[in-house]
Amino acid sequence: MSRQQIQIYLNERSLTIAAGMPLRDLQQQQCPEADLLIVNGYPCSDDHILAHQDRIVMICRGIAPQPQELEALMMARHTPGVHAKVKMARVGIAGAGGLGSAIAIALARTGIGFIRIADFDVVEPSNLNRQQYFIDQIGLPKVHALRDNLQRINPLVTVDSYYGKVTTNNLKELFADIDILVEAFDRADQKAMLANTFFRTFSEKYLVAASGMAGYEPGNTIRTRKINDRFYLCGDNLTAAGPGCGLMAPRVGIAAHHQANAVLRLILGEDPATQG
Amino acid sequence: MRIIVNGNEKQVKDHTSIATLLELVGVNPEQVVAEHKGTIVSPQHYHGTFLNDGDTIELIQFVGGG
Repeated sequence: MSRQQIQIYLNERSLTIAAGMPLRDLQQQQCPEADLLIVNGYPCSDDHILAHQDRIVMICRGIAPQPQELEALMMARHTPGVHAKVKMARVGIAGAGGLGSAIAIALARTGIGFIRIADFDVVEPSNLNRQQYFIDQIGLPKVHALRDNLQRINPLVTVDSYYGKVTTNNLKELFADIDILVEAFDRADQKAMLANTFFRTFSEKYLVAASGMAGYEPGNTIRTRKINDRFYLCGDNLTAAGPGCGLMAPRVGIAAHHQANAVLRLILGEDPATQG
Repeated sequence: MRIIVNGNEKQVKDHTSIATLLELVGVNPEQVVAEHKGTIVSPQHYHGTFLNDGDTIELIQFVGGG
């Protein structure tokens, strides 16, 4: 690169251009149809003179980028090396309520390659205080509504949905081809059933479960605990949902994101619970 | 005999099964995962698995909500 040239990033791709070029010339060259120009994170007018290491994003409002470009753009904020690993990962989520819907969204945004969600329920108005659905999805099977939402967020994730109950009889078949299973049920007996069936059925996969996230106690009481090498439990292990202690978006979300982060750490070869 | 339940010492009678222990500590067997000496025991074996002096057992109790 000569003294008269500078390096910039356009839509996350490295580009060498002449020094002193105004943004408008770059737009004419590279993306004339763009109607929103962002320089280093801020919308900018087209007379900006480009500087070395500027990060430029050009957006055509209302038009979705092509899948390949979208992938590069979405993964640009990941730590190097993370994307290749998460793209290969296969994760199952049992339950698509407050936990499962939030976990699925976090994992889809992370770029997990394959997500299978299983749930027997439909979206009800009372779910909307914490679950990641929309008013116009009331009455739809949660797995179908969630699959649609995930596709809108990241079409590069393959989502497989199973509309039905997870039982001791079908767990093996449902999750034989995944690496990590996330328990995201509501009822305590169903959580225990899933965990017990999982460990009886599989000898190598990981289980990330949750227990205790009702009410509005401090968020800091929710943590990720290691039960054994294949079993991690997120929550405060105490606060059950019941009369006088409802389930609310913040703490359910905290527990869900502990679970999603545990999944991510397992994929990246890190212990989810090393911080005590 | 003396066993360790969730990290705490507990005195129980000889030939105590996991099912009996769950009753003693008031844990619903349908809402728990029991890890005996590092291995998770299937619920159908709670009655037939007996504890020995010095055994460690972890009872992971689930609470509802999600």
